[in-house]
Amino acid sequence: MSEHYVNPAPFDPHRIERMSPEQEKYYMASQWRLMWWRFKQHRLALFCGVLLLFMYASILICEFLAPYALSTRHTDYIYSPPQPVHFMHEGRFVGPFVYGWDHTLNMDKLLREYSEDTSRVYPLQFFCAGDPYRFWGLWEADLHLFCAPEGAKVFLFGTDRLGRDMFSRIIYGARISITIGLVGISLSFVLGILLGGLAGYYGGWVDASVQRLTEVIRSFPELPLWMALSAILPVTWSPIWIFFGITLILALLDWTGLARAVRSKLLALREEDYCTAAQLMGARPGRIIGRHLLPGFFSHLIASATLSIPAMILGETALSFLGLGLRPPITSWGVLLNEAQNINVVAVYPWLMLPVVPVIIIILAFNFFGDGLRDAADPYKH
Amino acid sequence: MGPYILRRLLIMIPTLVVISFIIFVIIQLPPGDYLETYIAELESQGEWVDPQQIRMLREQYGLDEPFLQQYWTWATGMLHGDFGYSFEYGLPVTEVVGDRVFLTTLISICTILFTWMVAFPIGMYSATHQYSWGDYGLTLIGFLGLATPNFLLALVMLYFANVTFGTSIGGLMDPQYLEADWSWAKFKSVLEHLWIPVVVIGTSGTAAMIRRLRANLLDELHKPYVVTARAKGVPPFKLLCKYPLRVALNFFIADIGNMLPSIISGAEIVAVVLSLPTTGPILIAALQSQDMYLAGSFLMFLAILTVVGVLVSDIALALLDPRIRLQGGASR
Repeated sequence: MSEHYVNPAPFDPHRIERMSPEQEKYYMASQWRLMWWRFKQHRLALFCGVLLLFMYASILICEFLAPYALSTRHTDYIYSPPQPVHFMHEGRFVGPFVYGWDHTLNMDKLLREYSEDTSRVYPLQFFCAGDPYRFWGLWEADLHLFCAPEGAKVFLFGTDRLGRDMFSRIIYGARISITIGLVGISLSFVLGILLGGLAGYYGGWVDASVQRLTEVIRSFPELPLWMALSAILPVTWSPIWIFFGITLILALLDWTGLARAVRSKLLALREEDYCTAAQLMGARPGRIIGRHLLPGFFSHLIASATLSIPAMILGETALSFLGLGLRPPITSWGVLLNEAQNINVVAVYPWLMLPVVPVIIIILAFNFFGDGLRDAADPYKH
Repeated sequence: MGPYILRRLLIMIPTLVVISFIIFVIIQLPPGDYLETYIAELESQGEWVDPQQIRMLREQYGLDEPFLQQYWTWATGMLHGDFGYSFEYGLPVTEVVGDRVFLTTLISICTILFTWMVAFPIGMYSATHQYSWGDYGLTLIGFLGLATPNFLLALVMLYFANVTFGTSIGGLMDPQYLEADWSWAKFKSVLEHLWIPVVVIGTSGTAAMIRRLRANLLDELHKPYVVTARAKGVPPFKLLCKYPLRVALNFFIADIGNMLPSIISGAEIVAVVLSLPTTGPILIAALQSQDMYLAGSFLMFLAILTVVGVLVSDIALALLDPRIRLQGGASR
């Protein structure tokens, strides 16, 4: 048996195991870059993220996207059903156009019945002048993405009981409906981080009382409490104050989940070796929290916040539907659905329920997007 | 076991006290009170109100007393079963509430059962066939249920139930049974109407439950004991039922605590749309007309229902799962 041999020369692991450029790129990448790579793999989440981006971008130019203004009334076209857009006329391609739109009174059913007059063809116009509006409240403008030519109307989603175009109203309604979730979540984010952070950092009786408070709030059915709180808002308030009031109410009951997450993460990460190491090296608490602890779970927080936006959007919709939330002239999807409150609508004017489609889309989008974020939030897990 | 239940019961008391206080603050917050609204309404109709009578009413209901005293009267009254007086109905709150709380409870329990019945097989299928088309499809349907606003789904279902089955619109039974005694026909009529709210409220909870059951089962399915059993040649289905499912069962019971608040919320709004004789429609009316004791008592009932439901699920869980009892302090 030969003697055990040890090479006295200094050992350099890099000479034995060369990192390929890809490996190097991976090991040198920052945490956020890793998250982005991981997020990109979740195709559905990426798609939903882009979709959400488009939806939020659209509220900036909703006046331009909508063919009519919010409250333009077409008194000759009350309760008009959605108008089909055609491309082919008598076997010939004309581009998007609508036929003439006539109505007759059906005296048996007491309904207006609309029908297409296929002899008249009205090609849609693009980038045309229509209802005037003040763009961002700054400039006078009347440019619209598309509108009907002279003598014709285009109601993609039909009209309501005052003859207002549903499509335009849904586009305008997005402004309120999708921002209320963001404003609400930022309020509850602040509350959640503050209270959860206090509980996790100080522990003791602060922790105990915050815990009890979260438990009380969580054990309460949300909607009845929202209803009770929004009944407090005075009728005399201006719409914009009602908006903030509702947002505040939605946020007041929503922070508990975030507070729990912050607290448990703080408690867990405080015990990690790298945290002890930082303490031993003499880092101050502020630096430890800001530099070492917070980045460790901030991505989780963003993900869970994203996942609780849908509940807020649904909450606003439900409250407005019941007439306890936003009120006209503010237009949100919930306010629009308020018109669809009775069974007649389902039977006779089903297109008044169309505002529910964007509600479903945005809630699904936020759910998948949040799922992707949550998976990406921990890029080291495989 | 005994000490655990006792501890849970003791924790419940301060929780309910805090809840009752929050509720009282909320119902007191709107400016003015019911009598002011009432007087304004009478005067707008050109009727004259006797100030003497108003003063008497105020005194009787203690509306001028300080806030804390009013709370004390209300809270201690509840302990004696006296929930206050509904101005709107001119009746003690307990008489107005009566069956409605029972019906809300009935609907909630049916909904939980429905959610289990749907979520259980789907969750099992999704977990055992992870990343298959079936898994994706069922998940998508679950998400759709989650994203559709309850109230609208209720309307649409009501319409189709009316068109296809001829179910009468609104309410929980056909009109002719409203005053009738309980009979088989009445019971059948109630069942015919009950499934709509149960399915509608169930849809939103089912999706979340499927997701959680799937995640739980997936965790269990990759554990060494499952691999061992499979290596020994236990048939897949028997294996699934024998071990991982039993572990996941605990979670079904535990989940009642998470589900109850959202089920009761859903029940409220669906009840408004379907005009069910449950707490929903009356609660809204009471909130809008500032009928404070009625609104407060309803909120309190709903809170008690939730807290007790969570308690029952926790105790059932402790009976099933010895780990819970041993952990002691952890409350959920």
